[in-house]
Amino acid sequence: MGNQDNIPLPDENGRFGSFGGRYVAETLMPPILELEQAYEDAKADPAFQAEFEDFLEHYVGRPSPLYFAERLTEHASENNPKKGGGAAKIYFKREELNHTGAHKINNCMGQILLAKRMGKTRIIAETGAGQHGVATATVAARFGLECIVYMGAVDIVRQKPNVFRMRLLGAEVRAVHSGTATLKDAMNEALRDWVTNVGDTFYCIGTVAGPHPYPAMVRDFQCVIGRETKEQILEREGRLPDAIVACIGGGSNAMGIFHPFIDDKDVRLIGVEAAGHGIETGMHAASLTGGAPGVLHGNRTYLLQDDEGQINDAHSISAGLDYPGIGPEHAYLHDIGRAEYVSATDDEALEAFQLCGKLEGILPALESSHAIPQTIKVAQELGSDGLVVINISGRGDKDIFTIADALGEHIGAGTEG
Amino acid sequence: MTHRIDSTFSNLKAKDQAAFVAYMMGGDPDHATSMALMSAMPGAGVDIIELGIPFTDPMADGPVIEDAGIRARASGTKLSTVIDMAREFRAGNDTTPIIVMGYCNPVHAMGYAAFAGAAKEAGIDGAIIVDLPPEEDGELRAAFEKHDLALIRLATPTTDEARLPKVVAGTNGFVYYVSMTGITGAAMSKPGAIKDQVSKVREASGLPVVVGFGVKTPKRAKEIAKDADGVVVGTAIVKALHEDGLDSALMLIRSLADAAHS
Repeated sequence: MGNQDNIPLPDENGRFGSFGGRYVAETLMPPILELEQAYEDAKADPAFQAEFEDFLEHYVGRPSPLYFAERLTEHASENNPKKGGGAAKIYFKREELNHTGAHKINNCMGQILLAKRMGKTRIIAETGAGQHGVATATVAARFGLECIVYMGAVDIVRQKPNVFRMRLLGAEVRAVHSGTATLKDAMNEALRDWVTNVGDTFYCIGTVAGPHPYPAMVRDFQCVIGRETKEQILEREGRLPDAIVACIGGGSNAMGIFHPFIDDKDVRLIGVEAAGHGIETGMHAASLTGGAPGVLHGNRTYLLQDDEGQINDAHSISAGLDYPGIGPEHAYLHDIGRAEYVSATDDEALEAFQLCGKLEGILPALESSHAIPQTIKVAQELGSDGLVVINISGRGDKDIFTIADALGEHIGAGTEG
Repeated sequence: MTHRIDSTFSNLKAKDQAAFVAYMMGGDPDHATSMALMSAMPGAGVDIIELGIPFTDPMADGPVIEDAGIRARASGTKLSTVIDMAREFRAGNDTTPIIVMGYCNPVHAMGYAAFAGAAKEAGIDGAIIVDLPPEEDGELRAAFEKHDLALIRLATPTTDEARLPKVVAGTNGFVYYVSMTGITGAAMSKPGAIKDQVSKVREASGLPVVVGFGVKTPKRAKEIAKDADGVVVGTAIVKALHEDGLDSALMLIRSLADAAHS
C-alpha cells in the first residue's frame, strides 16, 4: 500500500483542491462512508498489508521488471530532428507482465481483499477494454466470490477475447446498451446495480475516479508501480529519471507510477490522453486537453461536455481510454502544474504499437501505445544524458483484432459481427 | 417559493388528505406535448409537480425515465428550456408547486447562483438534485436560501438513525423518502414497513414526508397515502404518456390522485 508516499490529499471530504468529493445519491452515501472506514482500518492493519503484498508477489508476479528499451532508444536517437542530439535512455516499466496482462490486477487484489474483509459476497465491476473486468473476474474466482461485470455493448464487440476470458473465469458479463454503450454507460449500470444491492455487494471500480474513497484507494493500491520504479531506476542508474510518461483514460496506471514521485520536483510527470481522430475534430477522449470541470460518476473533475452540462461522447480506438472524464487527482495535478498532460491520436498510437513490436518484441496495449510517441519526443529533447520511464501498462494481445481492422487486414475474428 | 409548498400541505392537512406528487420529464417527447401534460396536471388532481431535467447519464433512473430523457434531449430540451416550461406554466397557475428534479452537472454548468436566480424568476419552488448529498450541496443550498427556494433532500432505507439528522438539517418544503434501495421504476416496494420509517423522518425533520420509487398503481398509492404526507408516482406516468398518449396519461394521473386523496 502506498501510504508512506501519500501527500495529505485528498482532504477529509475526499477533495483534491476543488476536485473529487462524493457526488452520489443518498442511498449510496452510507455504503461509501462504510467503505471509507473499512479502507482506513485495513490500511492501518499490518496483517492486511502483508496479505496484499504476499498476493502481489506470488499471484500477480511482482515486482514487474524495469527494462532498458535499447532499440527504441536508438530509434529515437537516429530520428532526433536535432542532428546528433541523441536520445535519453528509455526504460519500460513492464506492467504488461503481470498476471492477466495489465496493471489493473494490483488494484483488484487490494479491493477484493478489502471486500472479503468487509464480508461482501458479490463483486460488481465496470470495464472498457476488458482488462479491469478480466482482473476482477480473476481475483473474484481466486476468492470464490460471485462476479458480475458490466460492459458496453460496443466494447463487447471490439474486445471479444477479453469477454470470453471473463466468462471462462466464471464471471457474468452483462452487456450495457444504454447511452453510447461504452465505458461510461457500463459505470452508470454498475452504479444502478450497487444502489439496488447495497447490502451484499462490493463495487470494484477500476480507475482513480468515482466518489471518495475510490480515487485515493485505487491510487494507493497502484502506487506499488511507482515505488518499484523508484527502487529499480536507482539501482540501475543511480539517480531518478528526468521524466515519467503514462497513458491516461481514468488515469490509474499513470497515478500509480506518478504518485511516489510527486515530491521529487525534478521528475517531470507526463500524462498522455487519447486524441482520437484529433482534438480539433471533437472526436477524442482528452478530458483535460478538451474538457471543462463538471460532476459525473461521483466526482468533480474535467469532463467532455457541452455548454448545458450534458456529457459528450468520447472517442478513442482504445476502449480503455474511451471515457469522457479523468480521475480528480489528475485534474488537480493539472491545475497546480505538477504534471503535464498531452495527447496522442489513434493513428499515432497505431504506429507506435507496430514500432514497439518490431523494435522491442513487445506488443503493448493500445492504451499504453498512446504514451510511446511522447516518450520518444521527450527522450529526444533530453538528449543522451537523460532518462525516461514509460509505463507499459498492459499487453496488446487483446487488441490484435482491432488493429487488424484498422490496418485493413482480416485475421478471422474481426470486430464487425 | 416555499410558501406554495407549505400552503399546499396545510390545505391538504385541513382536508386530512395526502399530497399526490406527479413526476414528468420536461420536454418529453417535445415541448408542446410536455407543456400540455404539465398544464393539465393540477386539474387531474396533482398537488405538486416534479419536473424532470434530462441528463445524458441518469445513474439513479431506470430505463423508462432514461429513455424519456433521450427523447427530451432529442427535441432540444435542456436545463434552460425546462426552466422556461415552469415560467410558461406559471402564467396560468400561481398555486401548484413546481419542483425540478435532475442531476448535478447541468446545474453545475449553469452555475449554482445563476440556477437559483433563474429558478426563482421562473416561479419554480424547489429542486431535487439526486447526486448532491448533504456533503456536497452547501453552495447550492446557500443560493437557494437567498431566494427562498426549497432544496429537497432524499432519505433512503440506507439512511440510518445516526445519519438522518444530517440529511434533514437545513432542508425545507418536504423530505422525499425513497422507499426502496434501487432505481426509479424498479419492482414495487412491499406494503407496510414504510410507516415507521416515515414517522422517523417526519420526527427528525419536522416536515411533511412524501414517499416515492416503486409506486405504480392506485392501490399502492392509496396504501402509502395512509402512512405518509404524500406519494410520488413517476415511471408509470412517463410510461403511459409514451405508450398510450396524453389522454391515457391524464386518466392514470386522475385515478392515482383519487386513490392518494381517498
